[in-house]
Amino acid sequence: MRALLALVLAGLLGVAAFWWISAPRPASAALYEGLDGDPARGERIFWAAGCAGCHTAPEAEPGDSPVLAGGQRFDTPFGTFVAPNISTDETHGIGAWSDLGLANAIQRGIGRDGAHLYPAFPYASYIRARPAEIVDLVAFLRTLPADATPSEANEVGFPFNIRRGLGLWKRLYLDPDPVVGGLTGAAEDGRHLVEALGHCGECHTPRTALGGPDLSRWMAGGPNPAGEGRIPGLTPGQLGWSEGDIAAFLQSGLTPDFDSVGGEMAEVIANTARLPDEDRAAIAAYLVALPDVETAVTAGE
Amino acid sequence: MRTAFVALGLAGLATIAAAQSDPLEAAAEARESHMHLYQTNLGVLGGMARGNMDYDAEAAQAAADNLASLSDLDERFYWVEGSSSEEIDDTRALPAIWENMDDFMAKSDALHEAAVAMAEVAGDGVEAVQAQMGALGGACGSCHETYRAADD
Repeated sequence: MRALLALVLAGLLGVAAFWWISAPRPASAALYEGLDGDPARGERIFWAAGCAGCHTAPEAEPGDSPVLAGGQRFDTPFGTFVAPNISTDETHGIGAWSDLGLANAIQRGIGRDGAHLYPAFPYASYIRARPAEIVDLVAFLRTLPADATPSEANEVGFPFNIRRGLGLWKRLYLDPDPVVGGLTGAAEDGRHLVEALGHCGECHTPRTALGGPDLSRWMAGGPNPAGEGRIPGLTPGQLGWSEGDIAAFLQSGLTPDFDSVGGEMAEVIANTARLPDEDRAAIAAYLVALPDVETAVTAGE
Repeated sequence: MRTAFVALGLAGLATIAAAQSDPLEAAAEARESHMHLYQTNLGVLGGMARGNMDYDAEAAQAAADNLASLSDLDERFYWVEGSSSEEIDDTRALPAIWENMDDFMAKSDALHEAAVAMAEVAGDGVEAVQAQMGALGGACGSCHETYRAADD
C-alpha cells in the first residue's frame, strides 16, 4: 500500500515537473516596447525570412504583394504540417492578432491560444532576429492582402500530437545565440541573414533523432527528410563555390556551371532574388567562412 | 553467297535500329541537348556578370541572341507523351508537365520573354547583363521548381 502511494506520488511529481518544464515561455513585452514598425524596412525582412516560400498557396507565384493564404504541405518524419493562412484576414489569417502575439509566434513558437507551435515553423531560427526587425516585419505583413481560405489542420500522430511535449523540444533547441562564433564585417552580417532570418540551417543542417538541428554538423547537408534527393552541404569543403558565384546564385538560381536550381531551392531563390546586392554578398561571405565539419557520418547514408 | 550477304545486311540493319534507341528516350535526349545549349550560352553571359571573364559586348550579344532563338523553337518533338520520369529512365521531366501542359507552355513563353529582354540590353555593358541575369535565371528556375525531379 505504501509502495503504491509512493509510486502515485512519484508519478504526480513527474507530471507536475513535465507541466512546469514544458510550459510555453512568452517573450517579455518589454523587448518590443517603444519600437515603431516600419513596413518599408519590414519588406526586406520579409524576403530575407522567406515567409512567402511556405505561406503562399501551393503553386502560387509570390509577386510583389503575396497572398499568404497557406495550404502548402510539408511531409516530415513527425507528420504532415500544413502552412496556415497568415494573410491579413481577420477570421482566417492574422488580421486580428496583436503585434506582441505575432512576435511571440515568430520568435517563441507560441500560438494565439497560448499553445506551442510546431517547429516546422522556423521560430528556432527567428528567435535570433532582432526585436526591431520583427516589429518591422509585422508592420509589412499588415500591408499584404487578406484571403479568407481557412487554415488546414496538421496531420500529426501520437505522441507528437501532444503539443505540450514541444516545451521539452524548446528547452533543448530554442537558443538565441549565434551558432558560428568569431565573425566580423560582411560575414557577421551574413550570419544574421543565414542563421536568424534566412533559416538556411532548417534544411541544410541535418537533424537529430529528436528533430532539432545537429549543431556538430552545422550546414553539412544530408538526405532530404521530406522526400527525394539530398540536401547539399554548404561548408566550403563541400560546396567549393566562390563568394561571387554564391551571391550570383542567390540572385539567378544559376550554379557555377550554369545549371539552374529546381525544387524547394527555386522557391528560396524567388525570395533571395529580392534582397539588395549587399545582403546576398553578406550571405556568401558567411558561407565561405563556415567551419568545415566531419561529414563521414552522412557520406554513407 | 547472296543469302549470306542478305543475312549480314539484315543483321546490320537490326544493329542500326537498336542504336537509334527507343523514340521516347531519344526525345528525352533531345530535351537534354536543348538544355545544354541554354547552359553554354548562359555560361557566357553569367561568366561576364560574375566577373569570371571579361565583358565583351559582341560575345554577350551573340549569347543572348542564341538564347532568344533557342527559347523560340517549337519543342513539340521533345515533350512526347509517355516520356516522363515515371515512364522512362534517364530523365528528370516530371509527369506534372503533361498534366499541366498549358502552365508548362506559359513558363516556356516567360523564358522567351526574359531571353528577349536580355538580348535587348546584352550589348549595353556588364551592368545591364547583371541586372537582367536574375530574371533570366528566375525563368529557368520557375519551371525547374515544379517540373524537374531532384537530381539523385
